[in-house]
Amino acid sequence: MRILFIQLEKEFRQIFRDTIILTVLFGMPAIELLILPFAANYEVRNIYLVVVDHDHSSDSRRLIEQIKNSAYFELAGYKHSYKEALIMMESDEADLILEIPNGFERNLVRESSSKVFVAVNAINGVKANIGEAYLQKILMDYNDHLRVQLTAGALPPISQIEVSISNWFNPLLDYNKFMVPGILAILATIISVFFSATNIVKEKEIGTIEQINVTPIKKLNFILGKLIPFWILSVIIFTVGLLIAWLVYAIIPVGSLFLLYGFLSIYLVAILGFGLLVSDFCSNQQQANLVIFFFIMIWALMGGLFTSIDSMPYWAKVVTFFNPIRYLIEVFRLIILKGSNFHDLLPHFGIMTLFAVFFNGLAVKYYRKRN
Amino acid sequence: MHKLNHMKQFNNFVRKEFYHLLRDKVILLILFGLPVALMFIFGFALTNEVKNSKIVVLDLAKDVASQQITQQIDASQYFQVEQSEMNLQQVEEAFKTGNIKVAIVFPEGFNEILSHENRARVQIIADGSDPNYATTVTNYLSAILGHYQTRINKPKQIPFQIISETKMIYNPQLRSVHNFVPGVMALILMLVNVLMTAVSIVKEKENGTMEVLLVSSFNPIFVIIAKTIPYLVLSLINVTSILLLSVYVLKLPILGSIPLLFGVSTLFIITSLTLGIFISIKVSSQQQAVIISLMGMLLPTAMFSGFLFPIENMPKVLQYFSDVIPAKWYFIIVKNIMIKGLGFSSIWKEMLILFGMTIFLFVLSIKNFKIRLG
Repeated sequence: MRILFIQLEKEFRQIFRDTIILTVLFGMPAIELLILPFAANYEVRNIYLVVVDHDHSSDSRRLIEQIKNSAYFELAGYKHSYKEALIMMESDEADLILEIPNGFERNLVRESSSKVFVAVNAINGVKANIGEAYLQKILMDYNDHLRVQLTAGALPPISQIEVSISNWFNPLLDYNKFMVPGILAILATIISVFFSATNIVKEKEIGTIEQINVTPIKKLNFILGKLIPFWILSVIIFTVGLLIAWLVYAIIPVGSLFLLYGFLSIYLVAILGFGLLVSDFCSNQQQANLVIFFFIMIWALMGGLFTSIDSMPYWAKVVTFFNPIRYLIEVFRLIILKGSNFHDLLPHFGIMTLFAVFFNGLAVKYYRKRN
Repeated sequence: MHKLNHMKQFNNFVRKEFYHLLRDKVILLILFGLPVALMFIFGFALTNEVKNSKIVVLDLAKDVASQQITQQIDASQYFQVEQSEMNLQQVEEAFKTGNIKVAIVFPEGFNEILSHENRARVQIIADGSDPNYATTVTNYLSAILGHYQTRINKPKQIPFQIISETKMIYNPQLRSVHNFVPGVMALILMLVNVLMTAVSIVKEKENGTMEVLLVSSFNPIFVIIAKTIPYLVLSLINVTSILLLSVYVLKLPILGSIPLLFGVSTLFIITSLTLGIFISIKVSSQQQAVIISLMGMLLPTAMFSGFLFPIENMPKVLQYFSDVIPAKWYFIIVKNIMIKGLGFSSIWKEMLILFGMTIFLFVLSIKNFKIRLG
């Protein structure tokens, strides 16, 4: 026990000596939480529209006016031909082209139906889809409005299905509520795993590990001495993050804090074990960094941080079962946003305990006091 | 003669660096494996489309209309109807375990209200904790309901209709490849060139071997440049493998000129190498180099290049900030060449910006470079 305390003292001194590392340790959660949620916004606004109006009728003008007045579209300009409008799209000045053909008004009145052409820059498929849907809605509203005017209310009755939409747990679809728990999860992961792995490999590289190896410190003691400081640091950083989430985004966990920290604790044991395992197999820092970078990058992308796991194909869903970050992100979102209780999260706790046992078991098995 | 000697010396240095790089099999494996893994993940695993989403139907009506709509929902590729009798409370429980994220409620006597009063209400409940997902599923459901509505109204003529014809340009099937292939290229080149060069130079500082190199008769600037050559070669191989995967596996053809694409990629690689050199000059340990490369370059590249998140949605301050991220300009260039098939005239401005950044970083590096360490 005393030996462990001595080692812990050594580790903490080493960590706190490097001011750059320390600034990053505490600066990173602040910066990420303050910038990322603003940047990572998929909400589609400011769709730039260029209009090619061949008709120049009062109806076409009224339609354009209606689009201009909507919250989603910005008028990027009028052009005389589709070709000119396309040039604007090529240079990314416009996302959408609306072309109103000659005789738009005439056809509407005489033939009871008229056409408009819409061209969407679809390189970003999501944006294209949503932009097009907005435009359709405006067209429909305008159409309904027009119909009432032209028929003076003498319409045959049309059966209508009204749709009312409720979004539970986040009624205003606030994007920050989705991103912040995910970022907290990534924060807790990056700090712990990077530092635990490179810390040990650094001792290997400089050769100081030999000095430790000749001391009577036991294998388990040494490993605990390496893991505990980063476990503590990660919990502190997570707490800083949680405070920022509360102060800046007014996100207060709906569920129990005790449960949140409980899951985090088990997760950190698992992920620190993974860092240790990587350090067992790497001989220099460059290797360790890259290996960890590789795993974190893939785990984060496949963990449902940005895109939902539900939309993944079957094989990819199976892959995510072996991805510890996936469970952390999920649990954070479940506890923070939905207030799920221990009973709801029982499978998550079970799986994470398995991860912890697995990674640490392997790490201890492969750790040798001799190089 | 003198010049020839220099050339030979330079070659020797470059060869030494190649040996260093080729010796470490783990690093090589990751550097070549990461782009491939990313291409597969982005190409096949990550989509914003919703497919086979489990949906709970709370059918209080159990009549023709509600059953027909349920069938149509089930038949669509987006949804898979869960056949379970639940009440609202149980739906909430299911939402809390994360198994189910959307439900639709038909009120009692749905069909009767619809046919007699011509106006019936359907409630959609979505799990708002994932806003994208919620928006997408509600859009799909509304579309299915809209189709049903048009179908039952078919016999009645609707007068004065505006019909819109939509054309999706550049990406008619709305695939996500078009956005991420240029993004993955930018990210990988950043990783290899900034992180790897910075770390490998600092490593020599840390180990003390830098001193040995600097006392050689060779110009110290060339010592540094020699270190970057292997990464330039490695990056070009990565660009090639990404493009091959994109064309042959993901079926995304290159519409513009291939030599031009390699030309700009080389420019961007040099920009990132200079950045790596600059970082290595400023820091003293590998750990610092890694943190600064990751925090200072990789995260901003992922966030502000426009590849994961649309820049135009960000607050103005962040939009201005994105201008100093080299990857943003490279991303625009690659998109213009590869996907829009445009030529040099559409990208010279962006190239000029990258060129300017490179010169700026190079001058800054030379100013800060000290031949004596410590």
